[in-house]
Amino acid sequence: MYEQMLTIRSFEEKAIELFEHNVIRGNIHPCIGQEAVSVGVCSNLRKDDYMVNNHRGHGNCIAKGADLKFMMAELLGRSTGYCKGKGGSMHIADFEGGNLGANGIVGGGLPIAVGAGISIQNRDTDQVVACFFGDGATNQGTFHESLNLAALWRLPVIFVCENNLYALSTPVREAISVPRISDRATAYGIPGVNIDGNDLIEVYTKMKEAVDRARAGEGPTLLDCVTYRFFGHFTGDPGRGITYRTKEEMDQWLNRCPIKRFKEQLIKEKMMTEEMEKTIETNVRVSIEEAVQFAEKSPLPSPEEATQDLFY
Amino acid sequence: MPEITFVESLRMTLKEETQRDPSLMLIGEDIGRYGGIFGVTKGLLEEFGPHRVRSTPISESAIIGSALGAAMTGIRTVAEIMYIDFTTCAMDQIVNQVAKMRYMSGGKAKIPLVIRTQGGGGRGNAAQHSQSLEALFYHIPGLKIVMPSTPHDARGLLKTAIQDDNPVMFIEHKLLYATKGFVPNEEYLIPFGQADIKRKGKDVTVIAISYMVTKALKAAGRLAGENIEAEVIDLRTLVPLDLETILQSIRKTNRAVIVHEGCRRGGIGAEISSQIQEEAFDYLDAPIQRVGALSVPIPYSEPLENAVIPGEEDIIIAVKKLLYRT
Repeated sequence: MYEQMLTIRSFEEKAIELFEHNVIRGNIHPCIGQEAVSVGVCSNLRKDDYMVNNHRGHGNCIAKGADLKFMMAELLGRSTGYCKGKGGSMHIADFEGGNLGANGIVGGGLPIAVGAGISIQNRDTDQVVACFFGDGATNQGTFHESLNLAALWRLPVIFVCENNLYALSTPVREAISVPRISDRATAYGIPGVNIDGNDLIEVYTKMKEAVDRARAGEGPTLLDCVTYRFFGHFTGDPGRGITYRTKEEMDQWLNRCPIKRFKEQLIKEKMMTEEMEKTIETNVRVSIEEAVQFAEKSPLPSPEEATQDLFY
Repeated sequence: MPEITFVESLRMTLKEETQRDPSLMLIGEDIGRYGGIFGVTKGLLEEFGPHRVRSTPISESAIIGSALGAAMTGIRTVAEIMYIDFTTCAMDQIVNQVAKMRYMSGGKAKIPLVIRTQGGGGRGNAAQHSQSLEALFYHIPGLKIVMPSTPHDARGLLKTAIQDDNPVMFIEHKLLYATKGFVPNEEYLIPFGQADIKRKGKDVTVIAISYMVTKALKAAGRLAGENIEAEVIDLRTLVPLDLETILQSIRKTNRAVIVHEGCRRGGIGAEISSQIQEEAFDYLDAPIQRVGALSVPIPYSEPLENAVIPGEEDIIIAVKKLLYRT
């Protein structure tokens, strides 16, 4: 799990670097600072469980088991990417790995997760769906429609709110009428759990309870994972979001870095030696480099491919 | 071959397809015990149970989005949006999710999804329950669009739509529901992209969709009394569009009028007209005519509604204009 968190962070750092060198187009929404949510949630998922992702979703893809090579190739717009260069950063999908794709529309994925839940119920399997979205999405109509329907039909969906306290520049406290996002679960008669999203073990444990409930046919749970993105909303956000966040607040959250916290815990409890740590760091560095090399060596799509893949 | 209504034809087909594919699911508002407001799904809940016939709350986005999620994960799905006017509540799900999912994922998603909906005016349902919005969806790559005009076509086209592995907008017309026609009991599929010549003629080509086919056929009957032989083409599907049948007819008649109930401005007629002139300019003896609704919302009062929605008379005027016989 430590290695996964480190991988996510290094992948994002590399992606930002490549974006700054104009190798990656459009925009990327880095999830640096939110790694514990990705890993804590997805460590509870089997390969055949589903995940519905959002625009800040690289970490969730990695935690769900995506191949870094195909991810990086997608970011670089290559034919070998997960979506053959047609999706890019915001739309990485890997159906074989249970990743039903990410959404550039805030709140757009929630109904899709409900549908995957219906599918599981109708096929009578014990799979579950993890649906990631941000705090901003909880103000969309689809949040209400989806939680209501999932609760009504007791669908095996875990609604994971990556509550990083800002919807682009709008603070949660100015956008939500109740103190906590988890309070909103009351309206649907489902458990709403407020979680320190920077504490890997807490995320993992609370997600486990939610998954157990879902697999047992007891219906959905809303997890409110409070976390923070160290970078801004996207790579174009001035000063990593300094226009709407204070330096003090940002520093305070940097001190609560989920990777640092977990590492200290591992060392304190003698579960990781310095040597192990070095090995992990090397492994991560190598795998990121390999991914970049794979992507850079991969062919760009030919213009004819633009009209392919619309219909089956 | 029995004569049945459009609604009965749809119901028979939904029932057969639900029997054929044990995973197939129907989802939409009031489609369960109530049987749908037009009675299309009557009896299906009782036969197939609440997991396969899912009657939902009034949540159009969730209906479409969950139908998509189910379809992507192996459940062939027919979603129903009660009025096409309500598709606007689910526009993100239709336009950004359903239509783009396969392409955006590099062709990996398979989406066996039919969105059945119902539109059109003529019954005094006023501005928010009478629209013809096919042109909105026509503009969005990634959706097939079907608009049947007879009970016979409805059955063959719905079968094809359900068995298709792509998202299909299946747009019915409220005034067609009670119409009757001969529908074979045995299985038949009508391929998409195959227009049907509903009446042969040599003087002018009338291209129509949905309920306008009925009006065009009536207009053609009246024109025959004036020695004008109109060929009436029912497009049946807009995506894919059977341009070849249109062109063949125009090469013979050298004149074309396109009739639809959606607004003339920005309507499907403008697109078809453009395609015709690109491919058959030299065959045209007169400018292509378009007959469509006026550019106002559909009004309630009968004389107002009749003034806005095209009728037989408007088709006749357009045909005569083409023949310089006004």
